[in-house]
Amino acid sequence: MHNEAILSSTASAGNQMKQQTVISAENLTKRYGDIAAVDGISFSVPAGESFGLLGPNGAGKSTTMRMIGGTTQRTSGTLSIMGLDPDSHGPEVRAHLGVVPQQDNLDEELRVRENLLVYGRYFGLPMSYLKPKADELLEFAQLTDKAKAKVDALSGGMKRRLTIARSLINEPRILLLDEPTTGLDPQARHILWDRLFRLKEQGVTLILTTHYMDEAEQLCDRLIVVDKGRIMAEGSPAELIREYSTREVLELRFGSERNTTIGAELGGIGERLEALPDRVLIYAHDGEAALEQVASRGLRPLTSLVRRSSLEDVFLRLTGRSLVE
Amino acid sequence: MSVLTGDHSVTEQARNRTFGPLYSGNAKAVISRGLMATRSSNWLVMLSGFFEPVLFLFSMGVGMGAIVGAVQGPGGEEISYAAYIAPALLAVSAMNGAVYDSTWNVFFKMNFAKLYQGMLYTSLGPLDVALGEIFLALLRGLLYATGFTAVMGLMGLITTPWAILMIPASVLIAFGFASIGMGITSFLKTFQQMDWINFIMLPMFLFSATFYPLSVYPEYIQWLIQAMPLWHAVELLRQISVGTFTAATVIHIGYYLVMTVLGMLLTTMRLRKLFLK
Repeated sequence: MHNEAILSSTASAGNQMKQQTVISAENLTKRYGDIAAVDGISFSVPAGESFGLLGPNGAGKSTTMRMIGGTTQRTSGTLSIMGLDPDSHGPEVRAHLGVVPQQDNLDEELRVRENLLVYGRYFGLPMSYLKPKADELLEFAQLTDKAKAKVDALSGGMKRRLTIARSLINEPRILLLDEPTTGLDPQARHILWDRLFRLKEQGVTLILTTHYMDEAEQLCDRLIVVDKGRIMAEGSPAELIREYSTREVLELRFGSERNTTIGAELGGIGERLEALPDRVLIYAHDGEAALEQVASRGLRPLTSLVRRSSLEDVFLRLTGRSLVE
Repeated sequence: MSVLTGDHSVTEQARNRTFGPLYSGNAKAVISRGLMATRSSNWLVMLSGFFEPVLFLFSMGVGMGAIVGAVQGPGGEEISYAAYIAPALLAVSAMNGAVYDSTWNVFFKMNFAKLYQGMLYTSLGPLDVALGEIFLALLRGLLYATGFTAVMGLMGLITTPWAILMIPASVLIAFGFASIGMGITSFLKTFQQMDWINFIMLPMFLFSATFYPLSVYPEYIQWLIQAMPLWHAVELLRQISVGTFTAATVIHIGYYLVMTVLGMLLTTMRLRKLFLK
């Protein structure tokens, strides 16, 4: 088999596996008519890494995910998953994957535990393995007491957790998560992050798309910032912030009338200034010092806030736009 | 707790099977899902499909039959009107069930329930899904045909043991329609387009010598109807019901074998368009 090297290294030396590339994309492109949803992106992911695609809606993240799973055919470029081309080896590639799509597509005609069993059958796994595995995963997803419930009786957070549990039924080497926490309330998100973090600790390769910077910062070892189908930057969250932003950010609100016109009066404070419709951002190494300078010029903002730079600032710097619009 | 580092050898085995580009040899997983879903939630819907032809048989066969009286059967013998239309109703029900399953049902599961999307994120290929869904449609057709044949027996409309062959013949008819239907669904994108299917099926149901012999039409209309699949189904089952076999029987069976092969070719060719949208 093509993947014997990877499999045997998993068994013998776990750390050596980290050197293996499990996904590599070269000039990956997907066009729909004249529109390029994904426009020549290249990246590679070593085994065990948690790799993120950060970008706004419509950046081409989901399309990239579907091409990795072989459920959307690419227009050009090369793509290799565990050494296999997903376009010509769809079922074989997906035997290694766990997929959590953006929208839950649980089987509403089946009950909660049945969803896990049936999904495992799709991978050709025997019931003798699936029955204890399903119970173990229900426990992991904190859904044991819902085993016999109907799917549509579950809350949004529970459905997400069931979808993630389902994606683990075949003990995948690579887990694809497309916007895993979109639409969840903060508490449900934190429960989910905790579960994903445990998977990461167990050495599963996570491929994650998100437009939440906090999610990317918490879960990703390394990420690419994507906009309009292209890669804008690549690195670890800390590296990206260091490279594209300052240590701190001063956020000022002068009211919607003044925010865009006050820029001239703030010139020279901090390293860089970004005037948004609802607020003005001043990028500075020391935010408090910058705020003092603002006050010394006799300017009185309605509110002011000093915070650490985040990936949101990186994205703003790279594209001139916010992630969540 | 370790949900992933189990390193079960069965998951390795499952990964090291032989896979085709569009097929993983696992249509049975799709079939067992269908059976489980039927048991869990939609067995009531199944019942309605059984009753439809039975109700037609009671109203048209028994009701209309009272004023029509006896008619001439395929072998020239006199049979009751109910016995004349019963095999035709069975053929219509085989067609309706198979077309419904392979068009509306596939369309809905594809675009709304996102069922196939979930299946195709596993190691299943589109061909596994197509074969599994067609098999389920045929299994349902088999159950309906068996039930309807039993009703015919109870009503005294069966006079020869040959009539039992109507059951496998119905499955063949369903196979022809299901395989073509799935191929056609791959071209359709909206509900409006789906309605065209009904637009073709209703006239076929009414005019394919279902309720009266073909000889009432002028010759050129007869040719048109004889080109349609349902007419062959009606004639085939009607011949079997009285145990009269002629050279035409072979043509009817041949028509469905060709239709099935062409339908499967079309469906396989259009698999990516059908399931990987």
